Amino acid sequence: MGEFLVRRLLLAIPTLLLSMTLIFVLARIAPGDPALVILGDQATKESLDLLRAKLGLDQPLLVQYRDFLGGILTGDLGRSLVTGKSVWSELLAVLPYTIELTLAALFLGVLFGVPLGVYAAVHRNLWPDMAARLFSLAGLSFPAFVTAILLLLVFAIQLPWLPVISAPRVDDPIDRLRNLALPAFNLGLIMTAYVTRVARSSMLNVLGEDYIRTARAKGIGGSAVLWRHALRNAMIPVATVVGLYLGTMIGNSVLTEIVFNRPGLGKLLLGALGQRDYTMLQGLMVFFAGVIVLANAATDIAYGVIDPRVRYKS
Amino acid sequence: MTAGLIRRFWVNPTSLTGALVVAAVVLAAILAPWISPFDPLEQDIAARLTGPSPAHFLGTDTFGRDVLSRLMHAARISLVIGVASIAIAMAMGSAIGIAAGYIGGKFDACVTGLLDVLLSFPTLLLGLMVVAMMGPSMDNLILAIALTELAPFARVARAPTIALKDREFVEAGRALGFSDMRLVVVHIVPNLLSEVVVVASLWLATAIRTESSLSFIGLGIKPPTPTWGGMIREGFENIMDAPWLAVAPSVAILVTVLGLSLMGDGLRDALDPKGQRD
Amino acid sequence: MTDAVLEIRKLAVEFHSGGQWHAAVRGIDLSIAQNETLAVVGESGSGKSMTALSVMGLVPTPAGRIAPESSIKLHGRELVGLPEHELDRIRGNRVAMIFQEPMTALNPTMTVGAQVAESLRVHRGFNGAQASAEALKMLDLVKVPSAGKRMKDYPHQFSGGMRQRVMIAMALACHPKLLLADEPTTALDVTIQAQVLSLIEDLKTEYGLAVMFITHNLGVVALIADRVAVMYAGEIVEAALAPDLFARPRHPYTQALLASIPRVDRDLKMLEPIQGNVPTIGNLGAGCGFASRCTHAQVRCHRERPQLMPDGPARAVRCWLVGPPP
Repeated sequence: MGEFLVRRLLLAIPTLLLSMTLIFVLARIAPGDPALVILGDQATKESLDLLRAKLGLDQPLLVQYRDFLGGILTGDLGRSLVTGKSVWSELLAVLPYTIELTLAALFLGVLFGVPLGVYAAVHRNLWPDMAARLFSLAGLSFPAFVTAILLLLVFAIQLPWLPVISAPRVDDPIDRLRNLALPAFNLGLIMTAYVTRVARSSMLNVLGEDYIRTARAKGIGGSAVLWRHALRNAMIPVATVVGLYLGTMIGNSVLTEIVFNRPGLGKLLLGALGQRDYTMLQGLMVFFAGVIVLANAATDIAYGVIDPRVRYKS
Repeated sequence: MTAGLIRRFWVNPTSLTGALVVAAVVLAAILAPWISPFDPLEQDIAARLTGPSPAHFLGTDTFGRDVLSRLMHAARISLVIGVASIAIAMAMGSAIGIAAGYIGGKFDACVTGLLDVLLSFPTLLLGLMVVAMMGPSMDNLILAIALTELAPFARVARAPTIALKDREFVEAGRALGFSDMRLVVVHIVPNLLSEVVVVASLWLATAIRTESSLSFIGLGIKPPTPTWGGMIREGFENIMDAPWLAVAPSVAILVTVLGLSLMGDGLRDALDPKGQRD
Repeated sequence: MTDAVLEIRKLAVEFHSGGQWHAAVRGIDLSIAQNETLAVVGESGSGKSMTALSVMGLVPTPAGRIAPESSIKLHGRELVGLPEHELDRIRGNRVAMIFQEPMTALNPTMTVGAQVAESLRVHRGFNGAQASAEALKMLDLVKVPSAGKRMKDYPHQFSGGMRQRVMIAMALACHPKLLLADEPTTALDVTIQAQVLSLIEDLKTEYGLAVMFITHNLGVVALIADRVAVMYAGEIVEAALAPDLFARPRHPYTQALLASIPRVDRDLKMLEPIQGNVPTIGNLGAGCGFASRCTHAQVRCHRERPQLMPDGPARAVRCWLVGPPP
């Protein structure tokens, strides 16, 4: 087991490297002169040169690359061009809100998605199954910001139950919950749609397997077969797939935060875009990439814990 | 084989519904310049922010422009960007996937590593970064979205290529002196076609979703050109005073994307010979 | 005959496909006594597996169903039409089944010991410790080496032959009276096959089992069968004591089967396969199912379906060319 862990973590390193390189490349494909774009064409030559030096743009590309990677390793993602504070500290300031939202969505998604998916699989091709499939399809098709706006319209504006702008007071748990509700519901809906589809598909696969027939041949009754034999095997792909969905969830949570005006990485991103804070933008992307690669590794490891076959592969 | 496929597709009520919906949207988009009641850019400040009325079916926006007309013209933009980006992604992605599968070895390993990285990147964030860096123009948008869709096509083209290249008929072809290029184009590509088409239809919905999300954030085609995402943004900014502004384009997006998804699912079901798909 | 453990009369199983019901098993009668091994022989599609699944009540629904006129009696108790919870009490308890592919037939995420112990917990009400102890005994009985340690291992850590032994241990844990074996050795190497077969024989004697052994391999039949029933296209075409069947096969299909096997003691000129293919479920005509491939087929064979007629003591044949004239 330990060996498997180490192996999987080592595998994450080249992936991380590739991701960071990709971000590095993307951050430098801006046509023209970023310094000029930031300062406008009224800027003086001195200020342009100063900014370029500050951004490290006057160095050869390889040096920039080395500095970039070196910075990441030491936790230095640069300084925001707007606030001057370190990108990392800005990140940390709003991170708790994003984590709170993501976890809530994950929780909702699994809580509702798994039973829905299993129920649909057990009642295959009957109306609960059809309804679940339609719901799943809809939830996955709709852009997160559209559902967010519609939710906002209905629940915050037309029916003033929940706050329009999500500005939670940190010390008041009830208030936090109220502010979390709609955004979490929005993301949770999408997550549920996804988990339902995966759980259903996985359960259907498992129910068709030979060992289910063997269990029934032993006289194990319907619900016992489901709980003892089917569920564990069916949940393995669900765990994997949920972990791998994190990437899309980040995108969706950014959109949700924007719509609900909620503090978090999404708003930070939007601000960086609007103010051309390239360093902040780059730093955020590095952070996202790192989180995703680690999440993938964690998912694989969890997979190994649940499914003994994976662990013992030589 | 194709006849059976088409029949299976039409018989399925969900894919039929999807196809009809998409057809309606496409039709509206194509005919927009002729059938839209107003010019989408024509402002009528006196009538700004009015709700749905006989004159303006879906109301007017902050500049008094007719929402319905803008909606229809926005459909063109979204569809063009969507289809163009998918076409590019399909061509390039498949080529890369086939090359990786066919050549194998280190090249394949490299490419697969890159593809994995691309795939794990959130579509939206990838597109966002590219457009943010390159500036929001129609071309850049198409390229950015194409980049986010590249990996799935490469993946779906690579696997069958690997399976096929070791099959006897390819060996036989080589023994007959056929060039690699000919083998790939004549023998391998036709076998991939159906899978690629399914991926294309499923990802067209994603392309439109990405485009509208980028527009909403402000990275889409600049106003006054109407885009669904942009219209929703405008609606969002005026959500307290004019809630209907956000609803119309929202419904448009939802309907289109849902229709495309239904179609894509239907295609995938029709392609599966066993019909055992969930 | 000693009182039959299993008695099947007029068993018919149908499947729904393309809007119609088609017969997979077309009315068979058979019985098995204690300490007796009945081999059910046939090609794929002959209905032999479906027969065993019917006894277990595991015919895949909703596509398939057992025809209501069928009768399957276990120790005189009618199984057809029993509610599911009653069948659950019988499965794994009074009747057990082992399957062809032990890798897929065992739960990959459950330890071997837990899987063997499961029936004991369900049917005998054993608690964890009792069930484990008994499971250990069973695994020793089927000769799994170091059973105590291996109990905590997972199926994929065993070889094919070992997995099949585990399946047998699992099946016999509650000491059933009837064992249905659906091609248990087909997926194994020849040497391992012999070991598993002899294990089944030993256990049959030890527990006084009645065994239905399904196979398409006549060599296996020669090794273990007391009686044989040959199935073709959903019906039994010949039934006899094993030595009789090999010495004097009466049905053209049985003869052709035996002729198609390469034999060590004969000079091999050409392999003689049986011409044609097994008719598919929807394509059975009115006459004898084998008529299209039979070298002796007469006009009558194509028109009328022959009945299973006795042909001497403990023998029956379904052929117009054999048995008393009409």
